[in-house]
Amino acid sequence: MSSATLKRSGRPAWQEPAKPVTKAAKGVALAVICLLVLVPFLVVISTSLASPDEVVANGGWVLWPQHPTFDAYRDIFRGGQVTKAIGVSIGVTLVGTLASLVATTLLAYALSRPQLVGGKKILLGILFTFLFPPGMIPAYLVVKQLGLLDNYAALVAPVMINVFNLVIVRGFIQGLPEELFEAARLDGAGEWQVLWRVVLPLSKAVLAVIGLFYAVSYWNAWFHASIYMSDSKFPIQQVLRMYVIQGAQLADPSAADAAAVSAPQTVRMAVVIIAVIPIILVYPFVQRFFVRGVLTGAIKS
Amino acid sequence: MPRDRMPLWRKLVRDRLLWLFLVPGLAYFLIFHLGAAFGMVIAFTDYWPGITLAESNLVGVETFQKMFGDADFWHAVLNTVEISLLQLIFYFPVPLGLALLLHSLTSTTIKRLVQNVVYLPHFISWVIVVALFQQILGGAGVVNGFLADHGLHTVDIIGNPDAFKPLLIAQVIWKDSGWGTIIFLAALAQVDDTLYEASAMDGAGPWRRFWHVTLPSIRSVVVLLLVLRLGEVLSVGFEQLLLQRDAVGPAAGEIIDTYVYYKSLGGGGDFPLAAAAGIFKGVIGAILVYAANKVAHRLGEQGVYR
Repeated sequence: MSSATLKRSGRPAWQEPAKPVTKAAKGVALAVICLLVLVPFLVVISTSLASPDEVVANGGWVLWPQHPTFDAYRDIFRGGQVTKAIGVSIGVTLVGTLASLVATTLLAYALSRPQLVGGKKILLGILFTFLFPPGMIPAYLVVKQLGLLDNYAALVAPVMINVFNLVIVRGFIQGLPEELFEAARLDGAGEWQVLWRVVLPLSKAVLAVIGLFYAVSYWNAWFHASIYMSDSKFPIQQVLRMYVIQGAQLADPSAADAAAVSAPQTVRMAVVIIAVIPIILVYPFVQRFFVRGVLTGAIKS
Repeated sequence: MPRDRMPLWRKLVRDRLLWLFLVPGLAYFLIFHLGAAFGMVIAFTDYWPGITLAESNLVGVETFQKMFGDADFWHAVLNTVEISLLQLIFYFPVPLGLALLLHSLTSTTIKRLVQNVVYLPHFISWVIVVALFQQILGGAGVVNGFLADHGLHTVDIIGNPDAFKPLLIAQVIWKDSGWGTIIFLAALAQVDDTLYEASAMDGAGPWRRFWHVTLPSIRSVVVLLLVLRLGEVLSVGFEQLLLQRDAVGPAAGEIIDTYVYYKSLGGGGDFPLAAAAGIFKGVIGAILVYAANKVAHRLGEQGVYR
């Protein structure tokens, strides 16, 4: 596969040069596609940076702010629910991602060892849960029974392992050359050392991707918070949902009410941007692993 | 192999550390999946929030009878299937087309650049996607602002029940079609280049090569994904729908999952009915996946499992 991929760079000898019409059509198509993705972000960033007056004058949005200002962001970070929610989201994302990565890696490693008695059956059972997910109500009852309602653990524990991610990591570990394991064992390494010294260093790419997937899903989650948590413990996405989609007023006691009332739009868009920023920041670092990490795992299993 | 003759208990002892590794993961699946499966029992009881499961009485299939007699339920099922089929027709081909376009590029730099842009929306939450669409297409959004500035009629897209389903499809295309290209691109990358070379030598132009080499080579991936999608007809984006159902009302925006939500946690309080609807969806879904997999095998494809 890698040689085929490499050959794609540059025009192979057998391929005739593209006609100018084709080239132009493709160029336009790609430009339009990219703009369709990027313009909405631009509008939101611009609106969040515009002055409230400009936004109102323009009917609620701005494509290019005349006098950019960070007032909306300052209002948000003056305290209140949005600030708290950002903290909740950061905490849940960090703790959740770590817990998920550890649990997934340990499980994937154990299930990738051929000598484990019953490993196949356990894996089949787990795959079965993927086909038959628990409904919303049974899941809610479990969380309630465990006494996790309004506890931050309810945002992590019920979604700790994603079967798809598990299959990818297991497939990747299985794809590592068996000789490595043999050699490590001959050197007297136990399972723990094999995992720590051999598997983990070689799995950095796939773990980076899985980690990103987990982090994104924790950061983006809002539904579980809406049913398990009280307002004061909402993460950023749920707060965003209330203010932007359901149109609730920003009622933070300390966050400048004046701004919230006169131009909620700039503040709302600022919240949107804040909710996106972590993704945009992490994205460039991990995206180069996407295809490699996902496909090596998916194809081998 | 002497290793295989080792008694079971010795194997268990030998792998004790591996078993320890299994603990957190297995605990998760036992509690939140197997445990939750037992929770489905409430569909057969008269449980209501406020009493414990032990205090509720078994009522048999009464709840299911109630559900099957509920017009709202069938309406939700119909909506779900309709949205699903619309997605199949209008969304499914988009990643495929985009992948073919990307694959046809000779410049790796441009290809990477476009890929990085189109993958991005996949990582954005539904809350933000909906917010973005409101900002662009809403009553005071960019499109309407532009139309108004140029003296044209404004269009009401957000909150209009008639435009709701096309809007849903547009959102899915915007969010996930870029990400959906990955699997097609992988399939395309695995096509043996000598096939192209040979057909080019035989005088096949770009279109013929596309038709006779490119398309047949990704046929199996397309069939597999199509079949998988058919197996998930009852699953359309729950978050996407829940976020926007209120704006258009249940007539246009109720799907099975939102029906479950509004009957129970979303205010209804009728947990047995919601659990019954959840079971209905799960059973039909499992049957569909099973059937779809059989179809894949008939077509000579691998399917999801063997």
